[in-house]
Amino acid sequence: MTLSARLRGRQDRNLWFWVFVGPFVIGLVVFVYVPIIWSIYLSFFNSYNTVTPTEFVGFGNYLDMLRDPAFVDSLWTFAVFAVFIVPVTFVASLAIALLVARTRVMQAFFRSVFFLPTACSYVVASLIWKMSIFSGVRSGLANYVLGWFGLDSIPWLSLAQPPWYWLVIVTARLWLQLGFYMILFLAGIQRINPNLYEAAAIDGAEGWKVLRHITLPQLRATSTAVLLLLLINAFQAFDEFYNILSTFGTYPPYARPPLVYLYYTALGSGQDFGHGSAGAVILTLIILIVALGQGRILRLGGRDD
Amino acid sequence: MAIVRSRRTSGVVALGRYSALAVGAILFLIPFYLLLRSAFMREQDLGSPDFHWLPPVWETDNLTGLFSNPAIPMARSMLNSAIIAVVQTVGVLFISGLAGYGLARIPYRWSNAVFYGITATLLIPAAVTFVPSFVLVSTLGWISTLRGLIIPGLFQALATFLFRQFFLGFPKEIEEAAFMDGLGWWGTFWRIVVPNSRGFAAAIGTITFIGSWNAFLWPLVIGRDQSSWTVQIALSTFLTAQSVQVSQLFMAALVAIFPLLLMFLFLQRWIVEGVERTGIAGD
Repeated sequence: MTLSARLRGRQDRNLWFWVFVGPFVIGLVVFVYVPIIWSIYLSFFNSYNTVTPTEFVGFGNYLDMLRDPAFVDSLWTFAVFAVFIVPVTFVASLAIALLVARTRVMQAFFRSVFFLPTACSYVVASLIWKMSIFSGVRSGLANYVLGWFGLDSIPWLSLAQPPWYWLVIVTARLWLQLGFYMILFLAGIQRINPNLYEAAAIDGAEGWKVLRHITLPQLRATSTAVLLLLLINAFQAFDEFYNILSTFGTYPPYARPPLVYLYYTALGSGQDFGHGSAGAVILTLIILIVALGQGRILRLGGRDD
Repeated sequence: MAIVRSRRTSGVVALGRYSALAVGAILFLIPFYLLLRSAFMREQDLGSPDFHWLPPVWETDNLTGLFSNPAIPMARSMLNSAIIAVVQTVGVLFISGLAGYGLARIPYRWSNAVFYGITATLLIPAAVTFVPSFVLVSTLGWISTLRGLIIPGLFQALATFLFRQFFLGFPKEIEEAAFMDGLGWWGTFWRIVVPNSRGFAAAIGTITFIGSWNAFLWPLVIGRDQSSWTVQIALSTFLTAQSVQVSQLFMAALVAIFPLLLMFLFLQRWIVEGVERTGIAGD
Protein backbone atom coordinates (compact mmCIF):
# COMPACT_ATOMS: atom_id res chain seq x y z
CA MET A 1 0.00 0.00 0.00
CA THR A 2 1.38 3.43 -0.91
CA LEU A 3 1.80 6.13 1.68
CA SER A 4 -0.92 8.32 0.19
CA ALA A 5 -3.40 5.44 0.17
CA ARG A 6 -2.60 4.70 3.79
CA LEU A 7 -3.04 8.33 4.72
CA ARG A 8 -6.31 8.47 2.87
CA GLY A 9 -7.44 5.34 4.66
CA ARG A 10 -6.66 6.96 7.97
CA GLN A 11 -8.40 10.17 6.96
CA ASP A 12 -11.42 8.14 5.91
CA ARG A 13 -11.57 6.55 9.33
CA ASN A 14 -11.26 9.90 11.08
CA LEU A 15 -13.97 11.35 8.87
CA TRP A 16 -16.32 8.41 9.46
CA PHE A 17 -15.68 8.48 13.19
CA TRP A 18 -16.97 12.03 13.32
CA VAL A 19 -19.87 11.28 11.00
CA PHE A 20 -21.03 8.66 13.50
CA VAL A 21 -20.05 10.27 16.79
CA GLY A 22 -20.14 13.98 15.87
CA PRO A 23 -23.87 14.71 16.20
CA PHE A 24 -23.94 13.27 19.70
CA VAL A 25 -20.77 15.02 20.82
CA ILE A 26 -21.95 18.41 19.52
CA GLY A 27 -25.27 18.03 21.36
CA LEU A 28 -23.52 16.91 24.52
CA VAL A 29 -21.18 19.90 24.46
CA VAL A 30 -23.97 22.41 23.80
CA PHE A 31 -26.58 21.02 26.19
CA VAL A 32 -24.46 19.50 28.96
CA TYR A 33 -20.95 20.95 29.04
CA VAL A 34 -21.85 24.56 28.20
CA PRO A 35 -24.62 24.82 30.85
CA ILE A 36 -22.39 23.29 33.51
CA ILE A 37 -19.48 25.64 32.77
CA TRP A 38 -21.80 28.63 32.49
CA SER A 39 -23.39 27.68 35.77
CA ILE A 40 -20.02 27.51 37.51
CA TYR A 41 -19.35 31.00 36.13
CA LEU A 42 -22.72 32.31 37.38
CA SER A 43 -22.12 30.85 40.82
CA PHE A 44 -19.33 33.42 41.39
CA PHE A 45 -21.54 36.39 40.49
CA ASN A 46 -24.49 38.28 41.84
CA SER A 47 -27.03 37.30 39.22
CA TYR A 48 -30.63 38.04 40.10
CA ASN A 49 -32.81 37.77 37.00
CA THR A 50 -29.84 37.84 34.66
CA VAL A 51 -27.55 35.33 32.99
CA THR A 52 -24.91 37.90 32.03
CA PRO A 53 -23.97 39.26 35.45
CA THR A 54 -21.31 41.87 36.16
CA GLU A 55 -20.93 41.88 39.95
CA PHE A 56 -18.27 39.35 40.98
CA VAL A 57 -18.76 38.03 44.52
CA GLY A 58 -16.13 35.27 44.70
CA PHE A 59 -17.19 32.44 46.96
CA GLY A 60 -19.91 34.61 48.51
CA ASN A 61 -22.78 32.60 47.04
CA TYR A 62 -21.23 29.34 48.25
CA LEU A 63 -20.80 30.67 51.78
CA ASP A 64 -24.38 31.99 51.75
CA MET A 65 -25.67 28.58 50.72
CA LEU A 66 -23.69 26.69 53.35
CA ARG A 67 -24.85 29.18 55.99
CA ASP A 68 -28.47 29.04 54.83
CA PRO A 69 -30.33 26.81 57.32
CA ALA A 70 -32.91 25.94 54.63
CA PHE A 71 -30.20 24.55 52.32
CA VAL A 72 -28.59 22.56 55.14
CA ASP A 73 -32.07 21.33 56.11
CA SER A 74 -32.58 20.07 52.56
CA LEU A 75 -29.43 17.95 52.90
CA TRP A 76 -30.82 16.53 56.15
CA THR A 77 -34.12 15.80 54.45
CA PHE A 78 -32.23 13.85 51.80
CA ALA A 79 -30.29 11.98 54.51
CA VAL A 80 -33.48 10.93 56.32
CA PHE A 81 -35.11 9.92 53.04
CA ALA A 82 -32.07 7.88 51.99
CA VAL A 83 -31.87 6.12 55.37
CA PHE A 84 -35.38 4.76 54.75
CA ILE A 85 -35.65 4.28 50.99
CA VAL A 86 -32.22 2.79 50.21
CA PRO A 87 -32.20 -0.23 52.58
CA VAL A 88 -35.93 -0.90 52.23
CA THR A 89 -35.83 -0.97 48.41
CA PHE A 90 -32.60 -2.96 48.42
CA VAL A 91 -33.86 -5.71 50.73
CA ALA A 92 -37.35 -5.87 49.17
CA SER A 93 -36.15 -6.02 45.57
CA LEU A 94 -33.50 -8.64 46.41
CA ALA A 95 -36.02 -10.76 48.32
CA ILE A 96 -38.56 -10.64 45.51
CA ALA A 97 -35.90 -11.39 42.89
CA LEU A 98 -34.82 -14.46 44.89
CA LEU A 99 -38.42 -15.63 45.20
CA VAL A 100 -39.22 -15.02 41.52
CA ALA A 101 -35.99 -16.71 40.36
CA ARG A 102 -36.95 -19.94 42.14
CA THR A 103 -40.49 -20.18 40.77
CA ARG A 104 -41.20 -22.26 37.70
CA VAL A 105 -44.95 -21.82 37.28
CA MET A 106 -46.17 -18.26 36.67
CA GLN A 107 -42.67 -16.76 36.81
CA ALA A 108 -43.40 -14.37 33.92
CA PHE A 109 -46.65 -13.29 35.59
CA PHE A 110 -45.02 -12.40 38.90
CA ARG A 111 -42.12 -10.66 37.20
CA SER A 112 -44.53 -8.54 35.14
CA VAL A 113 -46.64 -7.58 38.14
CA PHE A 114 -43.65 -6.28 40.11
CA PHE A 115 -42.11 -4.66 37.02
CA LEU A 116 -45.30 -2.94 35.83
CA PRO A 117 -45.21 0.11 38.19
CA THR A 118 -41.93 1.11 36.51
CA ALA A 119 -44.07 2.33 33.61
CA CYS A 120 -46.18 4.51 35.90
CA SER A 121 -45.22 8.16 36.40
CA TYR A 122 -44.44 9.71 39.77
CA VAL A 123 -47.30 12.14 39.20
CA VAL A 124 -49.88 9.38 38.77
CA ALA A 125 -48.49 7.44 41.75
CA SER A 126 -48.62 10.63 43.84
CA LEU A 127 -52.25 11.07 42.84
CA ILE A 128 -53.15 7.52 43.92
CA TRP A 129 -51.18 7.78 47.17
CA LYS A 130 -52.42 11.25 48.10
CA MET A 131 -56.07 11.07 47.07
CA SER A 132 -56.85 7.40 47.46
CA ILE A 133 -54.60 5.35 49.75
CA PHE A 134 -53.40 7.98 52.20
CA SER A 135 -56.16 10.56 52.03
CA GLY A 136 -56.67 11.63 55.63
CA VAL A 137 -60.36 10.73 55.66
CA ARG A 138 -62.15 7.46 56.46
CA SER A 139 -62.64 6.58 52.80
CA GLY A 140 -58.89 6.34 52.22
CA LEU A 141 -57.64 2.75 52.03
CA ALA A 142 -55.01 3.13 54.79
CA ASN A 143 -57.53 4.54 57.27
CA TYR A 144 -60.11 1.95 56.22
CA VAL A 145 -57.61 -0.80 57.08
CA LEU A 146 -56.82 0.91 60.42
CA GLY A 147 -60.57 0.83 61.05
CA TRP A 148 -60.52 -3.00 60.91
CA PHE A 149 -58.39 -2.90 64.06
CA GLY A 150 -60.54 -0.25 65.70
CA LEU A 151 -57.88 2.44 65.24
CA ASP A 152 -58.58 6.13 64.62
CA SER A 153 -57.99 7.73 61.24
CA ILE A 154 -54.61 9.33 60.73
CA PRO A 155 -54.21 12.66 58.86
CA TRP A 156 -51.30 11.31 56.84
CA LEU A 157 -50.28 14.44 55.00
CA SER A 158 -51.68 17.48 56.72
CA LEU A 159 -49.44 17.43 59.82
CA ALA A 160 -45.71 18.04 60.21
CA GLN A 161 -45.68 16.15 63.53
CA PRO A 162 -45.76 13.19 63.79
CA PRO A 163 -44.15 12.96 60.33
CA TRP A 164 -46.48 10.36 58.80
CA TYR A 165 -45.79 11.92 55.39
CA TRP A 166 -42.52 9.94 55.28
CA LEU A 167 -44.49 6.70 55.13
CA VAL A 168 -46.49 8.05 52.18
CA ILE A 169 -43.42 9.23 50.27
CA VAL A 170 -41.26 6.18 50.92
CA THR A 171 -43.98 3.65 49.98
CA ALA A 172 -44.78 5.54 46.77
CA ARG A 173 -41.17 5.42 45.59
CA LEU A 174 -40.80 1.81 46.76
CA TRP A 175 -43.76 0.78 44.60
CA LEU A 176 -42.47 2.70 41.58
CA GLN A 177 -38.85 1.54 41.54
CA LEU A 178 -38.79 -1.91 43.16
CA GLY A 179 -39.42 -3.72 39.85
CA PHE A 180 -36.44 -2.17 38.10
CA TYR A 181 -34.01 -3.27 40.81
CA MET A 182 -35.66 -6.68 40.93
CA ILE A 183 -34.81 -7.07 37.20
CA LEU A 184 -31.19 -6.09 37.89
CA PHE A 185 -30.97 -8.69 40.67
CA LEU A 186 -32.67 -11.34 38.50
CA ALA A 187 -30.08 -10.76 35.77
CA GLY A 188 -27.34 -11.11 38.39
CA ILE A 189 -28.83 -14.31 39.77
CA GLN A 190 -29.02 -15.85 36.30
CA ARG A 191 -25.33 -15.16 35.71
CA ILE A 192 -24.29 -17.28 38.69
CA ASN A 193 -22.57 -20.47 37.57
CA PRO A 194 -24.91 -23.43 38.28
CA ASN A 195 -21.86 -25.61 39.12
CA LEU A 196 -21.51 -23.63 42.34
CA TYR A 197 -24.97 -24.76 43.43
CA GLU A 198 -24.26 -28.35 42.46
CA ALA A 199 -21.05 -28.31 44.49
CA ALA A 200 -22.96 -26.88 47.45
CA ALA A 201 -25.62 -29.60 47.14
CA ILE A 202 -22.94 -32.29 47.16
CA ASP A 203 -21.53 -30.72 50.33
CA GLY A 204 -25.01 -30.94 51.83
CA ALA A 205 -25.61 -27.18 52.04
CA GLU A 206 -29.23 -26.07 51.93
CA GLY A 207 -31.48 -23.02 52.12
CA TRP A 208 -29.97 -20.15 54.08
CA LYS A 209 -26.45 -21.56 53.85
CA VAL A 210 -26.55 -21.53 50.04
CA LEU A 211 -27.95 -18.01 50.07
CA ARG A 212 -25.31 -16.76 52.48
CA HIS A 213 -22.25 -18.49 51.06
CA ILE A 214 -23.00 -18.59 47.34
CA THR A 215 -25.84 -16.37 46.10
CA LEU A 216 -25.10 -13.21 48.09
CA PRO A 217 -21.31 -13.19 47.52
CA GLN A 218 -21.87 -13.82 43.80
CA LEU A 219 -24.24 -10.82 43.69
CA ARG A 220 -21.71 -8.45 45.20
CA ALA A 221 -21.12 -6.43 42.01
CA THR A 222 -24.83 -6.13 41.26
CA SER A 223 -25.53 -5.18 44.89
CA THR A 224 -22.95 -2.39 44.83
CA ALA A 225 -24.37 -0.99 41.60
CA VAL A 226 -27.92 -1.16 42.96
CA LEU A 227 -26.92 0.67 46.15
CA LEU A 228 -25.20 3.43 44.18
CA LEU A 229 -28.17 3.84 41.81
CA LEU A 230 -30.60 3.92 44.75
CA LEU A 231 -28.55 6.59 46.49
CA ILE A 232 -28.15 8.80 43.40
CA ASN A 233 -31.85 8.49 42.57
CA ALA A 234 -32.85 9.37 46.14
CA PHE A 235 -30.59 12.42 45.93
CA GLN A 236 -32.52 13.59 42.86
CA ALA A 237 -35.95 13.06 44.41
CA PHE A 238 -38.33 15.78 43.35
CA ASP A 239 -41.52 14.53 41.67
CA GLU A 240 -43.19 12.72 44.56
CA PHE A 241 -42.26 15.35 47.16
CA TYR A 242 -43.61 18.14 44.97
CA ASN A 243 -46.81 16.35 44.00
CA ILE A 244 -47.67 14.74 47.32
CA LEU A 245 -46.80 17.56 49.69
CA SER A 246 -47.76 20.77 47.92
CA THR A 247 -51.38 21.81 48.13
CA PHE A 248 -53.12 24.82 46.64
CA GLY A 249 -49.90 25.71 44.88
CA THR A 250 -47.80 26.08 48.05
CA TYR A 251 -45.18 23.73 49.47
CA PRO A 252 -44.86 23.31 53.24
CA PRO A 253 -41.69 24.74 54.86
CA TYR A 254 -40.52 21.28 55.98
CA ALA A 255 -39.50 18.15 54.03
CA ARG A 256 -37.79 19.98 51.18
CA PRO A 257 -35.17 17.74 49.57
CA PRO A 258 -32.28 19.47 47.70
CA LEU A 259 -33.95 19.71 44.30
CA VAL A 260 -37.20 21.08 45.72
CA TYR A 261 -35.18 23.70 47.59
CA LEU A 262 -33.21 24.54 44.45
CA TYR A 263 -36.38 24.76 42.37
CA TYR A 264 -37.87 27.40 44.64
CA THR A 265 -34.59 29.31 45.05
CA ALA A 266 -33.44 29.49 41.45
CA LEU A 267 -36.73 29.45 39.59
CA GLY A 268 -39.12 30.92 42.14
CA SER A 269 -40.09 34.58 42.17
CA GLY A 270 -36.48 35.65 42.80
CA GLN A 271 -34.82 33.94 39.81
CA ASP A 272 -31.64 33.93 41.87
CA PHE A 273 -29.32 32.16 39.42
CA GLY A 274 -26.15 32.96 41.39
CA HIS A 275 -27.24 31.15 44.55
CA GLY A 276 -29.10 28.50 42.54
CA SER A 277 -25.97 27.70 40.54
CA ALA A 278 -23.80 27.60 43.67
CA GLY A 279 -26.30 25.16 45.18
CA ALA A 280 -26.24 23.00 42.03
CA VAL A 281 -22.43 22.93 42.07
CA ILE A 282 -22.37 21.90 45.74
CA LEU A 283 -24.91 19.12 45.09
CA THR A 284 -22.95 17.91 42.04
CA LEU A 285 -19.76 17.76 44.09
CA ILE A 286 -21.52 15.71 46.78
CA ILE A 287 -22.80 13.25 44.15
CA LEU A 288 -19.36 13.06 42.51
CA ILE A 289 -17.71 12.22 45.80
CA VAL A 290 -20.22 9.44 46.45
CA ALA A 291 -20.04 8.13 42.86
CA LEU A 292 -16.27 8.21 42.58
CA GLY A 293 -16.00 6.46 45.92
CA GLN A 294 -17.87 3.54 44.38
CA GLY A 295 -16.96 4.19 40.73
CA ARG A 296 -14.26 1.55 40.72
CA ILE A 297 -16.88 -1.12 41.25
CA LEU A 298 -19.11 0.18 38.46
CA ARG A 299 -16.02 0.34 36.26
CA LEU A 300 -17.59 2.65 33.69
CA GLY A 301 -15.82 2.26 30.37
CA GLY A 302 -13.20 -0.07 31.71
CA ARG A 303 -14.64 -3.10 30.00
CA ASP A 304 -13.11 -3.43 26.57
CA ASP A 305 -14.11 -7.05 26.16
CA MET B 1 -37.44 -41.83 54.25
CA ALA B 2 -35.05 -38.96 53.82
CA ILE B 3 -36.21 -38.40 50.26
CA VAL B 4 -39.87 -38.37 51.30
CA ARG B 5 -39.17 -35.86 54.03
CA SER B 6 -37.16 -33.54 51.80
CA ARG B 7 -39.88 -33.70 49.18
CA ARG B 8 -42.45 -32.71 51.78
CA THR B 9 -40.30 -29.83 53.08
CA SER B 10 -39.64 -28.60 49.57
CA GLY B 11 -43.41 -28.67 49.02
CA VAL B 12 -43.89 -26.54 52.12
CA VAL B 13 -41.13 -24.17 51.00
CA ALA B 14 -42.70 -23.82 47.55
CA LEU B 15 -46.09 -23.13 49.12
CA GLY B 16 -44.56 -20.46 51.34
CA ARG B 17 -42.78 -18.93 48.36
CA TYR B 18 -45.94 -18.75 46.26
CA SER B 19 -47.96 -17.34 49.17
CA ALA B 20 -45.38 -14.59 49.75
CA LEU B 21 -45.33 -13.74 46.04
CA ALA B 22 -49.12 -13.75 45.83
CA VAL B 23 -49.43 -11.34 48.78
CA GLY B 24 -46.78 -9.10 47.26
CA ALA B 25 -48.46 -9.21 43.85
CA ILE B 26 -51.82 -8.23 45.33
CA LEU B 27 -50.25 -5.32 47.21
CA PHE B 28 -48.55 -4.18 44.00
CA LEU B 29 -51.75 -4.37 41.97
CA ILE B 30 -53.95 -2.53 44.50
CA PRO B 31 -52.80 0.98 43.48
CA PHE B 32 -53.68 0.23 39.82
CA TYR B 33 -57.03 -1.13 40.95
CA LEU B 34 -57.76 1.96 43.05
CA LEU B 35 -56.97 4.16 40.05
CA LEU B 36 -59.33 2.18 37.86
CA ARG B 37 -62.09 2.10 40.50
CA SER B 38 -61.85 5.81 41.34
CA ALA B 39 -61.90 6.76 37.66
CA PHE B 40 -65.33 5.14 37.31
CA MET B 41 -66.84 6.46 40.55
CA ARG B 42 -69.25 9.33 40.94
CA GLU B 43 -67.93 12.42 42.71
CA GLN B 44 -70.39 12.01 45.61
CA ASP B 45 -69.34 8.37 46.14
CA LEU B 46 -65.66 9.30 46.20
CA GLY B 47 -66.42 11.99 48.75
CA SER B 48 -68.53 9.74 50.97
CA PRO B 49 -67.01 8.70 54.32
CA ASP B 50 -67.14 4.99 53.47
CA PHE B 51 -64.50 3.05 51.59
CA HIS B 52 -65.83 1.20 48.52
CA TRP B 53 -64.06 -1.74 46.93
CA LEU B 54 -66.40 -1.41 43.95
CA PRO B 55 -68.05 1.75 42.65
CA PRO B 56 -71.68 1.82 43.84
CA VAL B 57 -72.50 3.09 40.34
CA TRP B 58 -70.13 2.69 37.36
CA GLU B 59 -69.87 6.24 36.04
CA THR B 60 -68.66 6.60 32.46
CA ASP B 61 -69.39 10.34 32.21
CA ASN B 62 -65.92 10.98 33.68
CA LEU B 63 -64.42 9.75 30.44
CA THR B 64 -66.74 11.56 28.06
CA GLY B 65 -66.58 14.74 30.13
CA LEU B 66 -62.80 14.68 30.35
CA PHE B 67 -62.03 15.84 26.83
CA SER B 68 -64.70 18.53 26.87
CA ASN B 69 -63.67 19.99 30.24
CA PRO B 70 -61.98 23.35 29.56
CA ALA B 71 -60.26 23.23 32.98
CA ILE B 72 -58.06 20.27 31.94
CA PRO B 73 -56.37 20.73 28.52
CA MET B 74 -56.30 16.94 28.20
CA ALA B 75 -56.26 16.53 24.42
CA ARG B 76 -53.58 19.17 23.91
CA SER B 77 -51.32 17.89 26.69
CA MET B 78 -51.66 14.27 25.51
CA LEU B 79 -50.69 15.41 22.03
CA ASN B 80 -47.69 17.35 23.38
CA SER B 81 -46.54 14.33 25.39
CA ALA B 82 -46.93 12.04 22.38
CA ILE B 83 -44.94 14.35 20.08
CA ILE B 84 -42.17 14.80 22.65
CA ALA B 85 -41.92 11.10 23.47
CA VAL B 86 -41.92 9.94 19.85
CA VAL B 87 -39.39 12.51 18.64
CA GLN B 88 -37.10 11.91 21.63
CA THR B 89 -37.27 8.13 21.24
CA VAL B 90 -36.49 8.20 17.52
CA GLY B 91 -33.85 10.88 18.04
CA VAL B 92 -32.07 9.09 20.88
CA LEU B 93 -32.04 5.78 18.98
CA PHE B 94 -30.58 7.49 15.90
CA ILE B 95 -28.04 9.76 17.62
CA SER B 96 -26.90 7.34 20.34
CA GLY B 97 -26.99 4.32 18.03
CA LEU B 98 -24.64 5.99 15.55
CA ALA B 99 -22.36 7.30 18.29
CA GLY B 100 -22.27 3.97 20.09
CA TYR B 101 -21.27 2.17 16.90
CA GLY B 102 -18.59 4.72 16.02
CA LEU B 103 -17.10 4.44 19.50
CA ALA B 104 -17.19 0.65 19.46
CA ARG B 105 -15.87 -0.04 15.98
CA ILE B 106 -14.16 2.83 14.13
CA PRO B 107 -10.50 3.04 15.13
CA TYR B 108 -9.62 6.65 15.83
CA ARG B 109 -6.73 8.13 17.76
CA TRP B 110 -8.83 10.15 20.20
CA SER B 111 -11.64 7.62 20.49
CA ASN B 112 -10.89 6.82 24.14
CA ALA B 113 -10.62 10.49 25.09
CA VAL B 114 -14.03 11.18 23.49
CA PHE B 115 -15.46 8.16 25.29
CA TYR B 116 -14.20 9.35 28.68
CA GLY B 117 -15.60 12.81 27.97
CA ILE B 118 -18.99 11.20 27.43
CA THR B 119 -18.96 8.85 30.43
CA ALA B 120 -17.79 11.65 32.75
CA THR B 121 -21.19 13.30 32.28
CA LEU B 122 -22.86 10.12 33.53
CA LEU B 123 -21.56 10.98 36.97
CA ILE B 124 -23.39 14.31 36.92
CA PRO B 125 -27.10 13.59 37.26
CA ALA B 126 -29.27 15.48 34.78
CA ALA B 127 -31.64 16.62 37.51
CA VAL B 128 -28.88 18.52 39.29
CA THR B 129 -28.06 20.44 36.12
CA PHE B 130 -31.61 21.68 35.58
CA VAL B 131 -30.71 25.17 36.80
CA PRO B 132 -27.85 25.67 34.29
CA SER B 133 -29.87 23.99 31.52
CA PHE B 134 -32.80 26.29 32.26
CA VAL B 135 -30.45 29.27 32.01
CA LEU B 136 -29.25 28.08 28.59
CA VAL B 137 -32.70 27.28 27.22
CA SER B 138 -34.14 30.58 28.40
CA THR B 139 -31.25 32.42 26.74
CA LEU B 140 -32.09 30.63 23.49
CA GLY B 141 -35.69 31.80 23.91
CA TRP B 142 -37.01 28.25 24.03
CA ILE B 143 -39.21 28.57 27.14
CA SER B 144 -42.71 27.18 26.57
CA THR B 145 -41.78 25.67 23.22
CA LEU B 146 -41.65 22.05 22.07
CA ARG B 147 -38.07 22.70 20.95
CA GLY B 148 -37.07 23.54 24.51
CA LEU B 149 -38.83 20.42 25.79
CA ILE B 150 -37.40 18.04 23.17
CA ILE B 151 -33.92 19.05 22.01
CA PRO B 152 -31.95 19.08 25.31
CA GLY B 153 -33.21 15.53 25.96
CA LEU B 154 -31.89 14.12 22.68
CA PHE B 155 -28.33 13.65 23.90
CA GLN B 156 -28.37 10.80 26.41
CA ALA B 157 -24.91 9.70 27.51
CA LEU B 158 -26.32 6.54 29.12
CA ALA B 159 -27.95 5.40 25.86
CA THR B 160 -24.69 5.99 23.95
CA PHE B 161 -22.75 4.10 26.62
CA LEU B 162 -25.14 1.13 26.46
CA PHE B 163 -25.17 1.04 22.65
CA ARG B 164 -21.36 0.99 22.67
CA GLN B 165 -21.34 -1.91 25.13
CA PHE B 166 -23.85 -3.75 22.98
CA PHE B 167 -21.96 -3.21 19.69
CA LEU B 168 -18.70 -4.35 21.29
CA GLY B 169 -20.35 -7.73 21.76
CA PHE B 170 -21.63 -7.87 18.17
CA PRO B 171 -19.97 -10.71 16.15
CA LYS B 172 -17.14 -9.02 14.25
CA GLU B 173 -16.91 -11.67 11.51
CA ILE B 174 -20.26 -10.63 10.01
CA GLU B 175 -19.18 -7.01 9.79
CA GLU B 176 -15.83 -7.99 8.27
CA ALA B 177 -17.61 -9.99 5.58
CA ALA B 178 -19.76 -6.97 4.78
CA PHE B 179 -16.66 -4.82 4.60
CA MET B 180 -15.08 -7.22 2.11
CA ASP B 181 -18.15 -6.76 -0.03
CA GLY B 182 -17.32 -3.05 -0.12
CA LEU B 183 -20.15 -1.78 2.07
CA GLY B 184 -18.00 0.64 4.13
CA TRP B 185 -18.84 1.87 7.64
CA TRP B 186 -22.13 3.49 6.72
CA GLY B 187 -23.43 0.58 4.65
CA THR B 188 -22.31 -2.05 7.14
CA PHE B 189 -24.03 -0.21 9.97
CA TRP B 190 -27.39 0.26 8.25
CA ARG B 191 -27.59 -2.99 6.27
CA ILE B 192 -25.95 -5.48 8.62
CA VAL B 193 -25.75 -4.14 12.17
CA VAL B 194 -29.08 -2.29 12.52
CA PRO B 195 -31.30 -5.17 11.30
CA ASN B 196 -29.61 -7.45 13.84
CA SER B 197 -29.97 -5.03 16.76
CA ARG B 198 -33.74 -4.60 16.78
CA GLY B 199 -34.24 -6.25 20.16
CA PHE B 200 -31.70 -4.09 21.90
CA ALA B 201 -32.97 -0.96 20.17
CA ALA B 202 -36.47 -1.91 21.35
CA ALA B 203 -35.20 -2.02 24.95
CA ILE B 204 -33.48 1.38 24.74
CA GLY B 205 -36.47 2.79 22.85
CA THR B 206 -38.97 1.59 25.44
CA ILE B 207 -36.93 2.97 28.33
CA THR B 208 -36.51 6.31 26.52
CA PHE B 209 -40.20 6.52 25.64
CA ILE B 210 -41.31 5.81 29.21
CA GLY B 211 -38.79 8.26 30.66
CA SER B 212 -39.89 10.92 28.20
CA TRP B 213 -43.64 10.40 28.72
CA ASN B 214 -43.24 10.39 32.52
CA ALA B 215 -40.71 13.24 32.78
CA PHE B 216 -41.74 15.88 35.27
CA LEU B 217 -39.08 18.34 36.46
CA TRP B 218 -37.90 19.53 33.02
CA PRO B 219 -41.42 20.03 31.57
CA LEU B 220 -42.36 21.81 34.81
CA VAL B 221 -39.46 24.21 34.42
CA ILE B 222 -39.78 24.78 30.64
CA GLY B 223 -43.49 24.31 29.94
CA ARG B 224 -44.73 27.54 31.47
CA ASP B 225 -47.67 28.25 29.16
CA GLN B 226 -50.67 25.98 29.16
CA SER B 227 -50.18 25.33 25.45
CA SER B 228 -46.84 23.63 26.16
CA TRP B 229 -47.99 21.48 29.09
CA THR B 230 -47.29 17.77 28.94
CA VAL B 231 -49.85 15.38 30.35
CA GLN B 232 -47.84 15.02 33.59
CA ILE B 233 -47.86 18.79 34.12
CA ALA B 234 -51.59 18.98 33.44
CA LEU B 235 -52.24 16.22 36.00
CA SER B 236 -49.88 17.74 38.55
CA THR B 237 -51.38 21.21 38.22
CA PHE B 238 -54.84 19.94 39.01
CA LEU B 239 -53.63 17.55 41.70
CA THR B 240 -51.88 20.30 43.66
CA ALA B 241 -54.59 22.88 43.00
CA GLN B 242 -57.39 20.52 44.10
CA SER B 243 -59.92 22.70 42.37
CA VAL B 244 -61.11 20.02 40.01
CA GLN B 245 -63.45 17.06 40.15
CA VAL B 246 -61.43 14.32 41.81
CA SER B 247 -63.12 11.48 39.93
CA GLN B 248 -62.29 13.20 36.64
CA LEU B 249 -58.69 13.67 37.80
CA PHE B 250 -58.45 9.90 38.33
CA MET B 251 -59.91 9.33 34.87
CA ALA B 252 -57.34 11.71 33.41
CA ALA B 253 -54.55 9.77 35.14
CA LEU B 254 -55.95 6.48 33.87
CA VAL B 255 -56.05 7.83 30.31
CA ALA B 256 -52.48 9.11 30.75
CA ILE B 257 -50.97 5.77 31.84
CA PHE B 258 -53.09 3.38 29.78
CA PRO B 259 -51.11 3.58 26.49
CA LEU B 260 -47.88 3.24 28.41
CA LEU B 261 -48.93 0.19 30.44
CA LEU B 262 -50.09 -1.50 27.25
CA MET B 263 -46.83 -0.78 25.46
CA PHE B 264 -44.84 -1.85 28.49
CA LEU B 265 -46.58 -5.21 28.73
CA PHE B 266 -45.68 -6.00 25.11
CA LEU B 267 -42.12 -4.68 25.17
CA GLN B 268 -40.91 -5.53 28.67
CA ARG B 269 -39.24 -8.75 27.56
CA TRP B 270 -36.83 -6.69 25.44
CA ILE B 271 -35.92 -4.62 28.47
CA VAL B 272 -35.30 -7.74 30.54
CA GLU B 273 -33.16 -9.18 27.74
CA GLY B 274 -31.29 -5.91 27.31
CA VAL B 275 -30.48 -5.79 31.02
CA GLU B 276 -29.21 -9.36 30.91
CA ARG B 277 -27.16 -8.75 27.77
CA THR B 278 -25.34 -5.53 28.66
CA GLY B 279 -25.43 -5.94 32.41
CA ILE B 280 -26.68 -2.37 32.86
CA ALA B 281 -25.77 -2.86 36.50
CA GLY B 282 -22.28 -3.94 35.40
CA ASP B 283 -20.14 -6.59 36.98
